Parts: sequence; structure tokens; C-alpha cells
Amino acid sequence: MSYLEFLRDYGPRLIDGTLMTAAQFVCASALAILIALVAGLMKLAPNALIRIPAVVYIEIFRGTSLLVQLYWIFFVLPLFGITLEKFTAGFVAVGMNLGAYGAELVRGGIQSVPRGQWEAAYALSMSPAKRMWRIILPQALVNMLPPWGNLLIELLKGTALVSLISVADLMFEAKQINGSTFLSAQAFGTALILYYLFARALVTPFMRWLERVMARRIGRA
Amino acid sequence: MKDLHDLSRYPLRLEGPDRPMVSFRNVTKRYGDLVVLDGLNLDVAEGEMVSIIGPSGSGKTTVLRMLMLERIQGGVIYVDGAPLSHMERGGKLVPANSRHLRAGREQIGMCFQHFNLFPHMTALGNCMEGPVQVLGLSKQAARERAEDLLEMVGMIDKRDEHPARLSGGQQQRVAIARALAMRPKVLLLDEVTSALDPEVIGEVTEVIRKLVQKYRLTIMMVTHQMGFAADISDRVCFFYDGRIEEEGAPADLFSNPQKERTQQFLSAVKSAD
Ligand SMILES: Nc1ncnc2c1ncn2[C@@H]1O[C@H](COP(=O)(O)OP(=O)(O)OP(=O)(O)O)[C@@H](O)[C@H]1O
Ligand SMILES: [Mg+2]
Repeated sequence: MSYLEFLRDYGPRLIDGTLMTAAQFVCASALAILIALVAGLMKLAPNALIRIPAVVYIEIFRGTSLLVQLYWIFFVLPLFGITLEKFTAGFVAVGMNLGAYGAELVRGGIQSVPRGQWEAAYALSMSPAKRMWRIILPQALVNMLPPWGNLLIELLKGTALVSLISVADLMFEAKQINGSTFLSAQAFGTALILYYLFARALVTPFMRWLERVMARRIGRA
Repeated sequence: MKDLHDLSRYPLRLEGPDRPMVSFRNVTKRYGDLVVLDGLNLDVAEGEMVSIIGPSGSGKTTVLRMLMLERIQGGVIYVDGAPLSHMERGGKLVPANSRHLRAGREQIGMCFQHFNLFPHMTALGNCMEGPVQVLGLSKQAARERAEDLLEMVGMIDKRDEHPARLSGGQQQRVAIARALAMRPKVLLLDEVTSALDPEVIGEVTEVIRKLVQKYRLTIMMVTHQMGFAADISDRVCFFYDGRIEEEGAPADLFSNPQKERTQQFLSAVKSAD
């Protein structure tokens, strides 16, 4: 079977898988960004009662394996009465894991905003929430976009693990095709290329574009 | 000295037509074990322009920061008669909470050596931010106010530029407009010309001159520009080692300093010029 024939026969399934990977990626990214923002802000709180839960969360999710977290969420939580559908369990696990890494980026981004900006905002008598939301976060965001680009690539790679709980993503389809045809090189080779293109032809250019837009909004470009 | 820390020694308010706009009473500022200001007493009258000079590390910036940004460890600061560092609770003064500090500091504006404009906002946006977000002005009203002030500082043509596209002197003029947009009773200027190229210092000092001569704003200005301070101030305070070593009208202090340290400082500055 030529590679073209392989693509003709299995291409549609690989495309379906890629779309599922894209859906996982989008949902997991949204969750990761939300968690990163909340946990990153909490970690900077002066009050230990707010700070400690964030520290514990970040420690646990960065200190243990994503696969184990995924299995916990899918197989163990039901024992406590929380049953998630496999699609949901998949992106929740990936999002929570990468969100913990993102929290550190948020914290670092906020801390990289010069102290003079806090002081200038305070000198206008802005409330703490407004200082953060209107003055500090927009600048922190610009500073942390480049590392977020890397993190989202990591997140994309991480989504491949959801195939292990039978979410029909790209990796899952590649494995299925391999299982029924034994065309390992074609199946996994195509998956490899598709993951790479997803990262380098979609995610990275999008982040670069976002960096340029933000840089312009802050008057740096 | 113990009774200095007894808050009942301090009045709940400063009353009367002659009351100072800003009053430091026995104010002490420490960073850890380092005593930066020890028992500072300083009154600034309404409409007065007070310059603060002195060697590096003598506590000049700290005087301004205590009004705007820092807590103090002893004494009381009053602004327009009301305690700022403290607040009244059941007929007694107690250390201010952060809400009281922030409310009191709405009456004060501050400009910094490095401008600290918000880089993600235009010149106009910088000047509208406080009035809209803090004073609750409508966008329209805040815009008019901001445009008037940008006009006054000669920056109206650059209203839509971001700070990154402005020169230092231009940024500092926008920063002054931003502070004034809050309609402060007191303006604090901390070495606002020190980070500027010599050729643009004049455009900032001209604005300050206008504030003093035309608007009679109460100003406390830390500066290393002795000529400008002599020219424009009602009073000059020479700080040394966290104390006011000598103060007086600029004519007296600059041409006839009494204390040896003042003489040394002034002649050192003069020979550096
Ligand atoms: N945040 C801080 N923590 C510890 N020490 C500080 C802090 N800020 C200022 N100081 C110390 O307080 C003293 C007075 O500092 P201040 O900034 O008021 O001096 P200054 O007169 O403004 O000097 P300069 O002319 O260099 O600006 C210095 O010894 C300084 O090291
Ligand atoms: Mg200073």
C-alpha cells in the first residue's frame, strides 16, 4: 500500500482525530489560562489563607505525572461520586496540569512589572482590584506571552495522553489504525507530522501574532 | 521620648484658617532597624512651594513617600487639617487602615523621577484613568479635564501617543497632567528633572513654574537643581541624615547658610556645576 493509498483510506479518520485534538486543546487551554490566572494571583496574596491553597495546588499538579492525574480524574473521582465524561475528564486533567505551570508564569509576569507602576497606580488612589486589573495585568500579559507560547505547545503534546482514556483524538486514531493495519510507520509518522504542523503552523504563529498585537497596544512596536 | 508615642498628645484635627496644608508632627520612619527620619517636624502652608534639598540618602524621597506610599512608625501626618497617617476612632487617634490612607491620599498627587506613565495607555488615557476609575467622572468629563491639562503642559498634540513614543521631558509633562487630573490639594515632585537630558529640563521646569505662579498649588519638591529651587521656592529645607538641618527663604539659605553642613553641601554642589 502506497502512502497515498494510506492517506486516502485513513486520512479522514486522522483528520477527525486532529479535530478532536483541536477541541481538547482549545478546552484545556481555556481552563489552563483560567486556573493559571486565579492560582497565580492567589499565590501573590498577602494573606496566607489565600496563598496556601494555590501553593499546594501548584505543588501537587507540577510534582506528579499528568498521566496519573488523568487516571485519577477519570477512574478514581467516580469512586467519590464525581463522574466525568471522558472528553471532559481529558481536557480537565490537561488543563489543570498545565494551569499549574501557567500559574507560575502569571506570578512571574506580574512580578516583572516595575514597582513604579504599582506606585503610580496607588498614587492615583486606585483600589487594589483596579490596580491589578487595569494597570498591572495588561503589562504582565505582554511580558508573559512568549513563555505562554511554549506552554501551549507543551499542552498540545500533553493532550495525546487523553487517548489512554479512549478520547478519539489524533493519537487514539493513529493507534487504532496501527492496531488494525500494522502500518506503524505510516500511522504514527502521519500523527507526528500532524502534531508538528498543529504546533508550528497554528499555535506558534498565532502566539507571535498576539505578541505583536499586544506590543503595539502597549506602544512598543 | 516615650510620650512622643502617646497618640493622645496629638490633636484629632488641625483647625483654624492658618492651619497648614501638610503637617508632619514628630514623624519617624524606619526600614527595619534603619531609622531614616527621626522626629520630623515640618509644616507646609496652603499655596506654599517648599523645596527639599540635601545629600543622597538624607531622606528627601522618604519625606514624600510617607505622604503618598509608606506607613510611618511614629508621630502623625495631617493633610488639610485631617490626620492622614491615623484616623479617629471613638475620639482617639489610631493608626490608619489602608482604606483611610487611600482616601486621604486622593488629595495628594505625586510625580516620580522616572515618570511611571502607564505604557499601555495613551497620554490622554493616562490622564483620564484616575478621574474615571477613582473619582467616577464620566468619560466625557474626564476627557475634557485631561485635554485641558494636556493643553496646559503643552502636550495636547501628543494626546494619542503612547509613552514609549514620547521623550523624557514629554513623558514627565504628561505625568504632571495625570497627577493634576485628580485635582490634588498638594503635589509632590520627586526629582522630576533628574532623569532628563539637560536640553529638555526647561520644558518641565516651565510647567512647574506655571503651577506655582499661576495656580498657587501647594507643592513639595525634592530637587538637585539649586538654581531652580532658589528661583521658585517660598522655602527651602536642607535635609541631612534624616533631619532638617537648616531651612529658610531661598535668599537666606542659599546666600547665607548658617550651618556648617549646609555650607559644605552648597559649596560641593556649586563646584560640581
Ligand atoms: N525601601 C527601603 N528599604 C530600606 N531602606 C531604604 C528604603 N528606602 C530608602 N531607604 C534608605 O533610607 C535612606 C533615605 O533614603 P531616601 O531615598 O529618602 O534618600 P534621598 O535623600 O531621596 O536620596 P537620593 O538623593 O539619592 O534620592 C537611605 O539610607 C536609604 O538607603
Ligand atoms: Mg531620592
